[in-house]
Amino acid sequence: MGKTIAQKIFDDHRVGTPDTDVHVIRLDAVFCHEITTPPAIVDLQQRCKDRVFDPARIKVVIDHVSPAKDSKTALQGMILREWARRHGIVDFFDIGTNGVCHALFPEKGFVRPGYTVIMGDSHTCTHGAFGAFAAGVGTTDLEVGILKGVCAFRTPETIRINITGTLPDGVFAKDVILSVIGRIGVNGATNKVIEFAGLVVDAMDMEARMTLCNMAIEAGGTCGICAPDRITVDYLWPFIKDKYESPDEALAAFSKYLPDSDASYDQTIDHNVSNLTPMVTFGYKPDNVKPVSEMAGTPVDQVYIGSCTNARITDLRIAARVLAGKRISDTVRAILSPATPKVYNQALEEGLIKTFMDAGFCVTNPTCGACLGMSNGVLANGEVCAATTNRNFNGRMGKGGMVHLVSPATAAATAIAGTIANSPLYTE
Amino acid sequence: MKSFSGKALFLDRPDINTDEIIPAKYLTEISRDALAPYLLEDLKLDGFDPATDIAGKRVIITRANFGCGSSREHAPWALAANGINLVVGECFARIFRQNMFNCGMMAVELPADTIARLFSTFADLETTVQTDVDAGTITFSAEGESKIIPFTLSGFDADLVTAGGWVEYADANF
Repeated sequence: MGKTIAQKIFDDHRVGTPDTDVHVIRLDAVFCHEITTPPAIVDLQQRCKDRVFDPARIKVVIDHVSPAKDSKTALQGMILREWARRHGIVDFFDIGTNGVCHALFPEKGFVRPGYTVIMGDSHTCTHGAFGAFAAGVGTTDLEVGILKGVCAFRTPETIRINITGTLPDGVFAKDVILSVIGRIGVNGATNKVIEFAGLVVDAMDMEARMTLCNMAIEAGGTCGICAPDRITVDYLWPFIKDKYESPDEALAAFSKYLPDSDASYDQTIDHNVSNLTPMVTFGYKPDNVKPVSEMAGTPVDQVYIGSCTNARITDLRIAARVLAGKRISDTVRAILSPATPKVYNQALEEGLIKTFMDAGFCVTNPTCGACLGMSNGVLANGEVCAATTNRNFNGRMGKGGMVHLVSPATAAATAIAGTIANSPLYTE
Repeated sequence: MKSFSGKALFLDRPDINTDEIIPAKYLTEISRDALAPYLLEDLKLDGFDPATDIAGKRVIITRANFGCGSSREHAPWALAANGINLVVGECFARIFRQNMFNCGMMAVELPADTIARLFSTFADLETTVQTDVDAGTITFSAEGESKIIPFTLSGFDADLVTAGGWVEYADANF
C-alpha cells in the first residue's frame, strides 16, 4: 500500500514509537512566539533544564501583542528576548522586523517540503502549504521540542480533499476553506491530516495555499498539506538556490514527498467549487457558514483585514481593488494590519496603503492583535466585526462581540457598504 | 500522580473551545495560578454561571470535541488552577487532549451513549466522581445512584500520567 505525504515525512523523521499508535519524530524547526513560549522557558529554568536542542532550528518572533501594550506583555517580550540572547538564537524577530508568525516564517524561507515543524500556536498547520508536516502544539510539547528537538504524534491518518471544478471570479481560497469546514464540521478532521489536492489547488499560488491550510485546524485537523510542486519551488528558490543546481533539480528532490497514487486515505472527499459563492460565517463556530448573499445587509461596526489567514500581499491587492476610489461607510471603522513588514513595504510601494487610507482605513503595524482580542481593534460588547481572520468563537475579538469570517474582497465590500456585502469582483 | 476525583461539573454542549475555557486576553499571565478566576468565563451555555458553578468541582463531564480551537495550554492550566485534573467526554480536540496528558492530567474518552446516560442520570444531581487509575474505573455517585464506568488509557498516556507529564518522560527517554 502506498503512502500519504504525512506518512512519508513521519518515516523520514521517526526516532521512537513508545506505543503502537505513537510516533516520536525529529523536528526540523521549532517556532516560538511570546504568548506560549515564556511559560516553557520559565518551566525549563525551574526544572534546571534551560537548554535548547539546536539554536539554528529555533525561530522566534514577538507577534501577538506588538508593540507591548502593558507591563505583562512587555514582560513576555523580555523573557523571550533574554532567552534568545542567552542561547544564541539568531533568527529572532522583534519590533521593526516582526510580523504574524505564519506569514513571516514562510517569507523567510524557514519551511521546506518534507520538514517537520511545531509551534505553540494552533495555526501552525499553515506551513503544510509547503508540503511540510506542521502542527500546533501546547506549551509542554513546545518545551520538549525546544529541549530535545522531538515531538510525539499519533499515526497521521489523512483525509484527502480534492478541490475540483473551476473557482469562479471573485471567489477565493478563503471561501473554499470556509465551505470545506462548513461541509465536514469543526470536528470533521480531528486527529487527521488534511491533504488538499485537485486542479484548483494546483493552480493556487503559495499565499492561497497558506490560507487553505491555515484553517485546517478549524475542522480539527492536525495539519493541512499541499503536495510540493513547481509553484512551491519557485516561491522557495531564493532560499534554496545554493543547494540545488536548478529549480528542476529541487523539484525532483521534493517529489520524494508526493503522495503515492495508491496511498491509503482515511477518507477522500471531492469538493467541487464551480458553483461556490463568497462565504461568511454566522454564529460562534467556523462551520456555521452560508453564502454572503444570505447575510447581505447585516450591519457591522468594524471591518478587520489582518491575521495569519488573510493579510499577505495578494490579500491586500484584492481588497485594494475593491476599495479603489471608494470611501468606507460612515457607520464603520476599518482596520488593516499587514501581516509582515515586507507585506507592508510592498503595499506602500504598490500604492495599496494609500488606497486603504484614502478609503478611510486605519493601518496598523503587523501584529496578531485584534484577531484574538488582544489589542489593536478589540470589540465592545454587542459589536459586530467582519474579519478576514479564522475564528468566530464567542468573545474571540472581545467579550460580547460577534465575528463574521470573510475573504479580503468581502471585507472590503462590507467596509464600503457598512453591511455585509458581496464584492463587485463576484458576479452571480 | 494528580487527583482525579471529587465533585462533578456537567457541561452539556459539544465543541467547547479553548477561547471559552480561557479567553485570550488572559494569556498575558506568566503564572498559571493567575488564570484561576477566569476559567470558562466566555462559555456560551444556557444556565451556566462560572461565578457560582465552578467552585469545589474537580471533574468535568462534557460532550464531543471539548478543547477545540487554540493550542493554548492555558486551558488545562486554568482547569488545574481550579483543582480540575480530569475531563470526561465523547472525544477531544487533538492539541487539548495532548496538553492534558502532557501535564499529567487526563482527558478520558467514553462512548457517546455512555456519556448520554451519565448526563441523563447525574447531570441534575450533586454528583461525586471517584477515579481509580490503576483499575481503570470511574465511579459516579449521587443520591443513591451509583455507576462504575470502565475506561482505558493507552500505554503512552498512562506513562505520562504516572510520570507527571511529558517533559520528564521525554528528557529521560529521547
